[in-house]
Amino acid sequence: MKIKLAAIALASAVVFAGCGSNNNEPDNVKEASTNPEQSASKVENWDEITGQYRDFALDQTDKLVAETDKFVQAVNSGDVETAKKLYAPTRMYYERIEPIAEALGDLDPNIDARENDVEEKDWRGFHRIEQALWVSNTTAGAEDYASQLLDDTKTLRALIETVEVEPSLLVTGAVELLNEVSSSKVTGEEERYSHTDLYDFAANVEGAKKIYELLQAELKKQDADLEAQIGTGFSNLEQALADYKSGDGYVSYLDLKEEDTKKLSQLLDALAEPLSQMGTILGA
Amino acid sequence: MTTDNHNKNAGDSILEKPISRRDILRLAGVGGAGLLLGASGVGAIFGAKGTTVSGAAKSSDKADRVEFFGKHQAGITTPAQDFLMFAAFDLTTGSVDEVRKLFKAWTEASAAMAKGDMIGENNENLNLPPSDTGEAAGLHPSRTTITFGVGPTFFDSRFGLSSKRPAALVDLPPFGGDELREEWSGGDIGVQVNANDMQIAFHAIRNLARIARGKAVLRWTQEGFQRTGGADPTGATPRNLMGFKDGTGNPDTKNDALMNDVVWAQSGDGTPWMAGGSYMVVRRIRIRVEVWDRSTLGDQEATFGRHRQSGAPIGSSNEFDPVDLSKKDEKGKPLIPVHSHVALARGDGSIKILRRSYSYSSGMDNRTGQFDAGLLFICYNRDARKQFIPMQQKLGQNDVLNEYIVHNGSAVFACFPGVREGGYIGDTLL
Repeated sequence: MKIKLAAIALASAVVFAGCGSNNNEPDNVKEASTNPEQSASKVENWDEITGQYRDFALDQTDKLVAETDKFVQAVNSGDVETAKKLYAPTRMYYERIEPIAEALGDLDPNIDARENDVEEKDWRGFHRIEQALWVSNTTAGAEDYASQLLDDTKTLRALIETVEVEPSLLVTGAVELLNEVSSSKVTGEEERYSHTDLYDFAANVEGAKKIYELLQAELKKQDADLEAQIGTGFSNLEQALADYKSGDGYVSYLDLKEEDTKKLSQLLDALAEPLSQMGTILGA
Repeated sequence: MTTDNHNKNAGDSILEKPISRRDILRLAGVGGAGLLLGASGVGAIFGAKGTTVSGAAKSSDKADRVEFFGKHQAGITTPAQDFLMFAAFDLTTGSVDEVRKLFKAWTEASAAMAKGDMIGENNENLNLPPSDTGEAAGLHPSRTTITFGVGPTFFDSRFGLSSKRPAALVDLPPFGGDELREEWSGGDIGVQVNANDMQIAFHAIRNLARIARGKAVLRWTQEGFQRTGGADPTGATPRNLMGFKDGTGNPDTKNDALMNDVVWAQSGDGTPWMAGGSYMVVRRIRIRVEVWDRSTLGDQEATFGRHRQSGAPIGSSNEFDPVDLSKKDEKGKPLIPVHSHVALARGDGSIKILRRSYSYSSGMDNRTGQFDAGLLFICYNRDARKQFIPMQQKLGQNDVLNEYIVHNGSAVFACFPGVREGGYIGDTLL
């Protein structure tokens, strides 16, 4: 069965409106996606580009399932330290392709809802386990959530197989990834207990960059200035982010000073503004 | 905060308009010398005639519009509009080419906004974010002016422009009573937006900041207001948040010779690219309103050296009566206290500045639960070294007003000469 993402995006936007998801701009997806006929007029090899993106999303979800499996094993065996260590790196595979997952109905809240995003009885997923690990410093009681999480990531993997990626989702998805950073990661609101926000930050940026790279050649043809601006924006932000690397990962959000978050946020805005003009290659 | 530089020039344009009873009273007050009105007073009358009071669906575009292009930048001698949105920017690019690009893009957007037009071409394309953010769509121009200047840091080593720094663009010295905070000070670029509508003013800064992304970032902003032209159609001198008339002594902006003397940098002043420009000083002055409100009227009037109700100098009865510091009471003490604001600011009357200040209210100070409110003091100088700086040195040391105010933000900018159509802001420098 093939699912048209355009239709799903519309439906899920409605679902999200009621559940307080951290997706702040569902309208972007919705509006652009409802005009697929208008899209793609200026690009000849869309199928190739969207196909490559689909491969990327599949690869990321493959790894998400594999890494979640290890994470879940740690939780189920009561190994708090290992679970804590695996938590943030595992989530990065999800964060890189978040806009796609968000377009797939209930999956995003099931995997990624924070406390109060959904009703208490429905709250599960990464952040529920995060709370157990960091607040209660235990895996006790988190085992069921862990197994559910693994099932949910597997469902995600299966669904992505069936998705047909619309060009407009790529274009808006890149911006949405950065909006995610703007609205919850750079403010430290995503990882309330573990303070591993910079992992998500980096993964969102990497996800946006992947899309940019897929569109880069086309963009260069149609608007070389814009392409260069986006390129500069990415390298400035990556450079700044590199200052906060620690070992294989990133420093805690708690280690950031106001001037650090301000700098990162401004660099993010500097990138997201030209990135939001990528739709220019879709034509009017 | 009432400087007292006497204006000896009748506002000619006022005479062509219906004169209210209050205007006649004021004329009577100055005798034959002429009508004295601050810049903002004149503006309010224009506002009343043009837009504010009419309220008609379609006001005349001309009356509602201030031309962006011209010999001087608009927003300096332009009669003060109802609202202010001030923003200081820091450049993040290190390339002078990028700065030039930014100034060109800002020029284009500003000229459009002054006309009340939408910015950019992409306002209909469903696949793109609209190039104009849209909250001013369909609104009158509302006398929007956008005034640009560059601060001392613009001339540091980044852009190779240090040799072009005007000698008059000095870093302000520390003044008595300063409690300056980094978060409200400085900036590579200063932008003053004024309009008779706050939403339009905000729209302008928001869109300029958006256009600047990747090249410059906001450093600090401040919104400001004064009583609107609608609330005071006669255009009397506005009152500050201390309840006193503020701007009585502003020089007459219709007097070109006076403006050349007080406001506009001249080609012979040492910085040719600034000829026709002006030096803007911005001070964020917090008023300790809670303290002020428990001071007696007598103390308040002695602090300003003026009567609250009429605005007249103490011992006189009309706002525009001359300030005579030699007048004594029956015990031989000066009627106007020597350390009152008006006495110090006026001095011997030889130093003049053009003031264009707005009140501000920025919510509450969470440390104290008190208002963070006051004055965003803005003034224009031909050379601040000879005008604002000596004036403030005196005020900072002696002004009894300092008990009730604190300067917590400060910036200075060289505002470019006006832009000719086809040119761009700063094109005499870059």
